[in-house]
Amino acid sequence: MSATTQMGAAVDISRLSKIYKTREDDDVLALDKIDLKIEPGSFVAVVGPSGCGKSTLLSLLAGLTPASTGSIAIDGDGVSKPHPKTGVVFQSDLLLYWRTVLDNILLPIEIKKLDVAKYRARAEELLAQVGLEGFGNKYPSELSGGMRQRVAICRALIQEPGLLLMDEPFGALDALTREQMIMDLQSMWLRLRNTVLFITHGIDEAVFLADRVLVMSPRPGRVDLDLKIDLPRPRQWSKTHEDKDYHGYVRQIRAIFEAKGILVAH
Amino acid sequence: MASTDVIGAAQAQKKQGKGMSSKKKSRGPWLERYSALILAVVLLGAWQVLVPWSGLSEFVLPTPLAIAKRIVNELPLLASHAYVTLFEVVAGFAMAVLVGMPLALAIFYSRAFERAIYPILVALQTVPKVALAPLLVLYLGYGWAPKITLAFLISFFPIVISTVVGLQSLDKNLVNLVRSMGASEWQTFFKVRLPAALPNIFGGFKVAVSLAVIGAVIGEYVAAERGLGYLQLQANSLFDTTLNFATVVTISGLGVMLYFIIDTIEARFTYKRDAAK
Repeated sequence: MSATTQMGAAVDISRLSKIYKTREDDDVLALDKIDLKIEPGSFVAVVGPSGCGKSTLLSLLAGLTPASTGSIAIDGDGVSKPHPKTGVVFQSDLLLYWRTVLDNILLPIEIKKLDVAKYRARAEELLAQVGLEGFGNKYPSELSGGMRQRVAICRALIQEPGLLLMDEPFGALDALTREQMIMDLQSMWLRLRNTVLFITHGIDEAVFLADRVLVMSPRPGRVDLDLKIDLPRPRQWSKTHEDKDYHGYVRQIRAIFEAKGILVAH
Repeated sequence: MASTDVIGAAQAQKKQGKGMSSKKKSRGPWLERYSALILAVVLLGAWQVLVPWSGLSEFVLPTPLAIAKRIVNELPLLASHAYVTLFEVVAGFAMAVLVGMPLALAIFYSRAFERAIYPILVALQTVPKVALAPLLVLYLGYGWAPKITLAFLISFFPIVISTVVGLQSLDKNLVNLVRSMGASEWQTFFKVRLPAALPNIFGGFKVAVSLAVIGAVIGEYVAAERGLGYLQLQANSLFDTTLNFATVVTISGLGVMLYFIIDTIEARFTYKRDAAK
């Protein structure tokens, strides 16, 4: 497989702020002077409550929203528009319902005006890897929610992105599907070893998946805790969830939210 | 282990997928399938039976069979007039598409233009188009022009509105998605905005084409030497009620035909979101 040689991209964020102008004069400081370096090939999860600026951070990294001050660099290139090395998975699958599964996966290739025929085999291969072999000619409406999100992940991976941005990708899925997707994401990432920035409000999935968890809190959006997760890989669902260290990490993150009044201790 | 989990889930999902597709093929019982046809036959049958029973003469209300017979007998006459009306409808509708779609795009892309043009459009729409017919004859004469213009005026508004609404109702996240892939606005339009708006646009086309038929026929009522509206007036003045009905059937047949042509084009260019349900 060609993807095994895929190298993750390095991310360098410095003094990054985002202010949203509102119609009244009270501007919202969504991100406040964030400094962040992400190692190539690492899996970083950002966890925080709604409104903590984690989605803003992703939107800035994806080049969809301009920064107010500060800078972002992906492999040394300043980000002002969507970077070609970046792939994004959104909370909803955002599949185009009038296109087949295969044509949805090939959409980025079409947009980049690359040779679609050359990527067809790659798309089929990706589908097979997420357990959807032979689903290429189906339409999204014929698929379940979990299957659709798998297709969305394939679409983000077709361009072999050095940086995969995931914005609460499993937030809309039921618990069982979510568990399966978490396991599949881990195996996929262990194969590809690209850089992943995984936005979530689930402390458990952040600790389970990531090498490093950034804990954010709102108003202004800041990183309160930068936690290195030292658990052996591949992580297994039951074993890891019973791990003493795993619970230690979860407790540390909860403590932050309790201290900030985001979670009430009980 | 993760890998066996994947296989298990995939098999489960494949089964689920099959379940869904078999549901798609299954249809209701035959009564449900042919309900429209059955009702139509029952109503026409009642009409056929009740007319002679009530003693109404054919001059007042002809039976469906008499009308059908007349249509067959007068086919060349009806066709020669239908051809004229069809041309007026298609020309007026085509003009409405050619003017309405670019206008809708301008409204969608320019807030200022939207603000400027919308009140005028709505004001124009509230003018009863029928009331314009005599004026159009005055300005454009007795030929094609006033009928085409009326068909155009009456079918133009739904095309503009449905196109604007279709473009505006797009999920903004879809735009972000393709932008994150590096799409230009041009690509965003053709890959996402237009395909997503097509069901709305075709809905507008269907309404518009039915209205265009009305526009053309009204134009012919006011002043014409050919066309189905003209033929109907002729039948009226000759107290030929059966021919009058035959013309009405032909007019609605024209509308139905155009509707289904658009429906067929739509089916070729769009995939219905809930086709699998």
